[in-house]
Amino acid sequence: MFYREAGQFKASYQADQQIFPIVQDRVGIAIVIAVAALVIPVIANEYWLKAILVPVLIFSLAAIGLNILTGYAGQLSLGSAAFMAVGAFGAYNFMLRIDGMPFLVALVLGGLAAAAVGVLFGLPSLRIKGFYLAVATLAAQFFIVWALVKFPWFSNYSSSGVITAQDIVILGYTFDGPVAKYLLTLAIVVVLALMAKNLVRTSTGRAWMAVRDMDVAAEVIGIRPMRTKLIAFAVSSFYCGVAGGLYAFTYLGTVEPEGFNLDLSFRILFMIIIGGVGSIMGSFLGAAFIVLLPIFLDNVIPHLFGNLFSASFASNLQLIVFGGLIIFFLIVEPHGLARLWQIGKEKLRLWPFPH
Amino acid sequence: MQFFLEVLIGGLLSGVLYALVALGFVLIFKASGVFNFAQGAMVFFAALTFVGFTEVLPGWTGLEEGGGVVFWLAFVLALVSMVVLGIATEKIVLRPLVNQPPITLFMATIGLSYLVEGIAQGIWGANVRGLELGIEDVPIEYMLEHHNILISSFDLFAAALAGVLVGSLALFFQYTKVGRALRAVADDHQAALSIGIPLQHIWAIVWGVAGFVALVAGLIWGARNGVQFALTFTALKALPVLILGGFTSVPGAIVGGLIIGASEKLAEVYVGPFVGGGIESWFPYVLALLFLLVRPEGLFGERHIDRV
Repeated sequence: MFYREAGQFKASYQADQQIFPIVQDRVGIAIVIAVAALVIPVIANEYWLKAILVPVLIFSLAAIGLNILTGYAGQLSLGSAAFMAVGAFGAYNFMLRIDGMPFLVALVLGGLAAAAVGVLFGLPSLRIKGFYLAVATLAAQFFIVWALVKFPWFSNYSSSGVITAQDIVILGYTFDGPVAKYLLTLAIVVVLALMAKNLVRTSTGRAWMAVRDMDVAAEVIGIRPMRTKLIAFAVSSFYCGVAGGLYAFTYLGTVEPEGFNLDLSFRILFMIIIGGVGSIMGSFLGAAFIVLLPIFLDNVIPHLFGNLFSASFASNLQLIVFGGLIIFFLIVEPHGLARLWQIGKEKLRLWPFPH
Repeated sequence: MQFFLEVLIGGLLSGVLYALVALGFVLIFKASGVFNFAQGAMVFFAALTFVGFTEVLPGWTGLEEGGGVVFWLAFVLALVSMVVLGIATEKIVLRPLVNQPPITLFMATIGLSYLVEGIAQGIWGANVRGLELGIEDVPIEYMLEHHNILISSFDLFAAALAGVLVGSLALFFQYTKVGRALRAVADDHQAALSIGIPLQHIWAIVWGVAGFVALVAGLIWGARNGVQFALTFTALKALPVLILGGFTSVPGAIVGGLIIGASEKLAEVYVGPFVGGGIESWFPYVLALLFLLVRPEGLFGERHIDRV
């Protein structure tokens, strides 16, 4: 009754081409952003901001990055955590080595460094595809983490390879409290997510999808596969890199290369599977799900079963639930939570007269 | 020269272990087209189950601890568990996913590997165990005396076992009815179906055989490095082996394993010192990557032709 496009006439090209063509969507997004920016900082306590909301936002960004590469361009990657590491260590080093480097510029430069590395490791995608490429991206995963550990220059010769992020100062204002860091993260993630949402419907985004669906056919109709794939790698790695920078600066504060291990890459992959492959919205849903699930399990299992299970068994149970859910989702809803959301919207369009 | 030979042989023998993991993988990929990421987890599960049974069996049955009866009983029980696991995987995970794109199946096996690791550690506990096969890990004296080369008898045994395994698998595929059916399915699913080969039985059998291979690999790995979670990471090294050998080739898995094993050890010894060491962790992947640029289908893989 309330959610439908009927009666919304587009009188100009501008109106026809907006990111969210339906008024209700625009209002909805505006409300969500307004609540996230204005209401949540007031009502949420420090634990929620620091341990849940900020990581959800950051992983959403990383998941968008992987979704661009895997969901839109169809190139499976198992190295997203490594690109996050490049972003984190890149931003740290730009801040460290250049005097008066503004934080946002360092973050973007870190992202660009990740993009450059991503293009380098994306080069094999021109020759190989599918599973072979997935294994090839493992090379990026292991090589980058190794390089960050082995060459102490990256971590400014700290003994264990651990870096401590500098203070975030933008235009003289220091972002140090949890609320300030949350708002900064939110702003960056919202801007980049809208950019991604826009990007996937440009000619570049359509070229990605054409390559994903069938690369030979795409080549035949005049899409240059090399350019398209490398742009996908660059953009995807840029998003992962910025997410990595935020991970170091606004979430953890101190990071080590080993923190960006294969397990993290898999987590990001799970986010896009559960959230929805090829959906920006799904990246947010998946990230929220994967970040919240362990916290949920940690809190619920002791309540349900008391001390029946030891702590080590609880961590194994987490593995089991994780694995089981992945399989469950793939069987029941291969398109993820985003698809459920879409079905909900379809239902809403017809409601209350479904015939 | 002697040192070079020693490193080379040591590498080749550890390559045999990679090849064993890769073998289980190739079997499944050939027959059902599933990129089974969980093979490493299955190896871990198998080794842990075996060790777990050798620990609890004396208590249950009053048999002598560490005796031959316990060993074989545990082996049989572990084998049964692996076959059950394999068949259950096929029935519960893969059957509902038939006709999904390969990438979905691949992701399902990543989920499966988490599930299997969690179950294995949930049942048997997460601490590191030793595993005794009754073969001593000592240098062979003859080689040491006459050629001054250090070769562990254990490694040699592992290589021999791998050889026997591959040989018997080859015979099984070549001369039994089930083996022929397996090859037919690997060749062409639809054609196999049309001449009355029960596809789903065949898949269950393949998963069972892969479980058996995983058990053998798990026993040897476990005896070498102890049964621990790190086993699953080592098993990841089977992936570059597969790339090198091609996903569908049994000899490819063996040759690829040998190449990867030898080259990673040689690189570690001769190149490692110049860049700070520890390059074993990524060298196989980069080697496989460079190799792919020249031959995208691997050494023995089938050339893939794209059609619109």
